[in-house]
Amino acid sequence: MSEVAVENQTQAPLEGYVGEILSALGDAVVAVEQCDERRGFARIDPGRTIEVAKKMFVMDGARFATATGIDVRDGIDVLYHWAFEPAGAVVTLKALAAGPDVTLDSIANDVPAANWIEREMHDLLGVNFRNHPDMRRLILDDSWPEGVYPLRKDFDQIKDRPPLPAIPPAPEENLI
Amino acid sequence: MSHKSMISIGPFHPLQEEAEFFQLYLDGEKVVDVDVRISYTHRGIEKLNESKTFDQVAFVVERVCGICSASHPLAYIQAVEDIAHVKVPERALYLRTIVNEMERIHSHLLWVGLAGHFLGYNTVFMWAWKYREPTMEALEIATGSRVNYANCKIGGVRRDITDEHLKMIDRLVTGTRGDIEMLTAAVVDDPVLHARLKGVGVLSKADAYAYGACGPTGRGSGMPIDVRRDDPYAAYDRIDWNIFVEETGDVFAKAKIRLLEALESIKIIHQAIRDIPGGEIDAKVENIPAGEAIGHVEAPRGETFHYVRSDGSNYPVRHKIRAPSYNNVPTFKASCIGADISDVAITLASVDPCYSCTERMCTAVDAESGKEMFDFAQLVKLSQEKTERIRKQV
Repeated sequence: MSEVAVENQTQAPLEGYVGEILSALGDAVVAVEQCDERRGFARIDPGRTIEVAKKMFVMDGARFATATGIDVRDGIDVLYHWAFEPAGAVVTLKALAAGPDVTLDSIANDVPAANWIEREMHDLLGVNFRNHPDMRRLILDDSWPEGVYPLRKDFDQIKDRPPLPAIPPAPEENLI
Repeated sequence: MSHKSMISIGPFHPLQEEAEFFQLYLDGEKVVDVDVRISYTHRGIEKLNESKTFDQVAFVVERVCGICSASHPLAYIQAVEDIAHVKVPERALYLRTIVNEMERIHSHLLWVGLAGHFLGYNTVFMWAWKYREPTMEALEIATGSRVNYANCKIGGVRRDITDEHLKMIDRLVTGTRGDIEMLTAAVVDDPVLHARLKGVGVLSKADAYAYGACGPTGRGSGMPIDVRRDDPYAAYDRIDWNIFVEETGDVFAKAKIRLLEALESIKIIHQAIRDIPGGEIDAKVENIPAGEAIGHVEAPRGETFHYVRSDGSNYPVRHKIRAPSYNNVPTFKASCIGADISDVAITLASVDPCYSCTERMCTAVDAESGKEMFDFAQLVKLSQEKTERIRKQV
């Protein structure tokens, strides 16, 4: 794990439509990094992802766009992107999955749209989502080794590529 | 006691452009569960982009999808322009609008053709693809290529379109209006299609919000969303156009929306060509500061969503791509369950799944004996037979 640390801990003033959304989340928001007319970036308490997701999900016009996982110095940063229509705003809530077990509570039980993206982040970045309904592999092949996460910064595309799985011999009766 | 079985669709077939794997669990002829497996041809573009410069990434993301090859670079470029606080010249905004709308016309007509084929309307297939061709020619005139246009760049567009070419594009695209209107009327007024598509593959509004559906899939289920209107980019806020929303959520609604949107795109292109201002086409951006931003664009299938983080170097630290089908495909969990097996082919096709051009292998295996029952060609045949039955009744 390397790269940009969790930066920008400055508190931006809560204004306008995005400001209202962020203030409705109360003290679950620990830092507001950007709060413009149409864009908001805020950091939330990583222990309260479910509570925040439930509040966002029922807001008027809210739609879960997707989430992004980023390998940063202190762990994996998970960014939940929520789009609001017709206001055209996108609010990004960041939760840091820190420590050796890189774990967050899964929001997929409350927000079905988050199901696939959490599986994807588990595959590619090794984030563990507690209580996810269906944590099978989505992106990686079944033959990919456990514990190798290709989207982490310390994974080299050429040097760390696992060998291809052996092709099983064709059964006798298929040979004409 | 009913007959429990499983149908596997995919993942590989010589006719299929990209791989995807559906498993349909059946009880008799009713679908009781759906499981989707993706990423058989995952190309690792997000990882690859971390080793490309900001300029090079625009070419890579174009190759995410052959049909959305104007939307993906635009979404990425808008994110980078947001980081660098670039003011894009007015003429470039109009040029971006023209290319993006041509992309929508050809994508929607391609879908209408395929949907027609699945229903046994091969005339619709032939017509739709014929009316799509002038738009493809116009795209070639505008960008030099029928796919992978390499049109957008950070700060503007790469290539200007001369007034003479603009007139040719307008003539080609507007020339198909009468044909597409005729096709729309033929589809919307056809009693057989009413009987065949209404109430089929219904995605309720609550489910559409829960699964984060976007584009025509969401608008067909009563979600009044369109990035072009809600978060305007390019020149969409300077042009007069409408969005179409249907409340019923069935396949018919989605087909109708796509046809009406294709007509609306002709209107947008015509206005953009009429109003395009002169001047520069490139803001000449020199470096990208540290920061993070989001760019989203209404691709033909829905919102394509890009997130870019920069640390001030020449390379993005992270570039996240979310194509619209990633949110639309899981809606099958809501729309296919309870459906009849002869409606599955068209329901799967109704969201226009991007990376699986719906021509795919499919075998049905009897859960007990392991004997194969159907393949995808037979599913399409079942769908076509049902249309034929309805046609006889009407």
